[in-house]
Amino acid sequence: MGTTLFEKIWSAHVVDERPGEPALLYVDLHLVHEVTSPQAFESLRLSGRKVRRPDLTIATMDHNVPTEPGPIRDPLARQQLEALRRNCEDFGVPLNATGSGREGIVHVMGPELGLTQPGMTIVCGDSHTSTRGAFGALAFGIGTTEVEHVLATQTLVQARPKTMLVRFDGELPFGVTAKDMVLGAIGQVGVAGGAGHAIEYAGPAIEALSMEGRMTICNMSIEAGARAGMVAPDETTFEYVRGRPFAPAEIPDAWRGLRSDPDASFDRVVAVDVAALAPQVTWGTNPGMVAPVDGVVPDPADAGDPAERKAIERALAYMDLRPGTPIAEIRVDRVFIGSCTNSRLEDLRAAAAVVDGRRVAPGVRALVVPGSATVKRQAEAEGLDRLFREAGFEWREAGCSMCLGMNPDILGPGERCASTSNRNFEGRQGPGGRTHLVSPPMAAAAAITGRLADVRELA
Amino acid sequence: MRPLVRVTGKVAVLDRADVDTDQIVPKEFLKRIERSGYGEFLFFEWMKDPNFELRRPEYEGAQILIAGRNFGCGSSREHAAWALEDRGFRAILAPSYSDIFRTNAVKTGLAPIELSEEALAELKAAVAGENTLTVDLETLEVAHPGGLHVPFDLDPYARETLLHGLDDVARTLAREERIAAFEAAHAARFDTRSAPAPA
Ligand code: SF4
Repeated sequence: MGTTLFEKIWSAHVVDERPGEPALLYVDLHLVHEVTSPQAFESLRLSGRKVRRPDLTIATMDHNVPTEPGPIRDPLARQQLEALRRNCEDFGVPLNATGSGREGIVHVMGPELGLTQPGMTIVCGDSHTSTRGAFGALAFGIGTTEVEHVLATQTLVQARPKTMLVRFDGELPFGVTAKDMVLGAIGQVGVAGGAGHAIEYAGPAIEALSMEGRMTICNMSIEAGARAGMVAPDETTFEYVRGRPFAPAEIPDAWRGLRSDPDASFDRVVAVDVAALAPQVTWGTNPGMVAPVDGVVPDPADAGDPAERKAIERALAYMDLRPGTPIAEIRVDRVFIGSCTNSRLEDLRAAAAVVDGRRVAPGVRALVVPGSATVKRQAEAEGLDRLFREAGFEWREAGCSMCLGMNPDILGPGERCASTSNRNFEGRQGPGGRTHLVSPPMAAAAAITGRLADVRELA
Repeated sequence: MRPLVRVTGKVAVLDRADVDTDQIVPKEFLKRIERSGYGEFLFFEWMKDPNFELRRPEYEGAQILIAGRNFGCGSSREHAAWALEDRGFRAILAPSYSDIFRTNAVKTGLAPIELSEEALAELKAAVAGENTLTVDLETLEVAHPGGLHVPFDLDPYARETLLHGLDDVARTLAREERIAAFEAAHAARFDTRSAPAPA
């Protein structure tokens, strides 16, 4: 019987395997950022260990960097960024620091430098590392003790996950994006639906997507509970990688064989019909609490089991929403276009196309935060910054920003935000803040109308 | 890390599904560069609510947490496991965990025990009477003084790590020859230290 893409990459990286134990897996690339690494470096220091492969390690500053120019006022954020700088110096790890021109959200920076390539194993102390699975890599997030383990040994002790195929059939309708595909899939399988699995996304709707779209989908694998999500590399992938700073001069033949065999079997298969999808909006406090924009806020009374009913009640109370309210009538105070899910050039272009010639609604504060310094430069070269600014958006420096609000960009208590990020957990964008996850065009539509409007009606 | 053979103590029940790590430790507290001292930030926002379950006086000093399904989902922050451990918890009993949290918990010396909803319902009923349980990693059993015994499975590698408080890095470094042999046959694709011009 054939093997899956996941199995091919996995077995090519097993260093050692003992019966009854998880495998020892080799790591081809380890990305480091300021928030989850200081304790790992400190522990190396205390035990007198060194970084085994600094040449396969790279760091950036993203989570708590301010997105407005000028010095960092928060002393703790400054201390953490300084710790990263010192750790990188002491251990010989290259750092794309703020101001280097290559900094950015770690999951945006890696692919655009050509560091993310088919067939690799890639880890980072961040759960959205799965983004890079879009290139046909096995990429997943790890905790700080594992960061230390990879720094010291370039390997990880990993139990082999099960495999899951998510097939997107049909053709994407007008106004519906990769973000809606993945939110729709999470709504279908639930926030723990992929737990214990590595997902492969396939089907005609995936093949038709750009690399940016595939990254958006793989990015949110963790929101379905899966540590890793991947797409088999094809010409679209090779075209994207070609010519990037760390890319090989020629596309290696081996990359073309990185796909699941036709007779490979998966532990679980899920099909999503994209032709039936409308733009998606989350109404609750986890990404599985999602509805089509032409739908309504659900009624807890309709829930399947008591635990679910309680969860919906709690979510509606936190979100200050009433059952039956049409989604498209929910008013917003803030709009955030950014994060590792949707802050690449294509995302900014898609939002700009909706904004073009319109103005941000009175009373709405809207923010665009490019995913990296490179994205920012490219967008500015196309005049997107002017278009957004003239419409009343703020245009910022690269970083995670209001995706998690570790920097000064946060929601106030009770403020409601249409956000292109990936998590709508309570307080994620600021204590008491209310987040609705949407696609970039939907976020643009929300900025212009002041509500979670159906972008298809604005075109 | 502290070895964990068995723990006998008070139990706190947090009956909510999909508790995410953003709730366990909010991001405001991730800027610290230390590994300890996160206990005071545990469930920081929820703790402000006087009706929050974990504020019940009878849960004061609990060492065992009974939680809902998909506990610890979301962000990979190990700070979530550190905060629970720092607050005095040694074991969690839940129907399921997020993959990353489960790993982080083991590395922190906090046992993530998986039990069926039915078994948990029995345990919850038992501790509603006399609030104490023993979680034993040697016998792989949760026991209540009322006579209830619930067996559980734990991956042998995780069990070893917890029982002996092992340092995974040292364990892997003992296999250095294997790693070196693998590297010899596995060419690196690039050197991240060669800084190319921005694309
Ligand atoms: S943009 Fe958000 S989700 Fe992505 S790495 Fe930054 S904080 Fe995490």
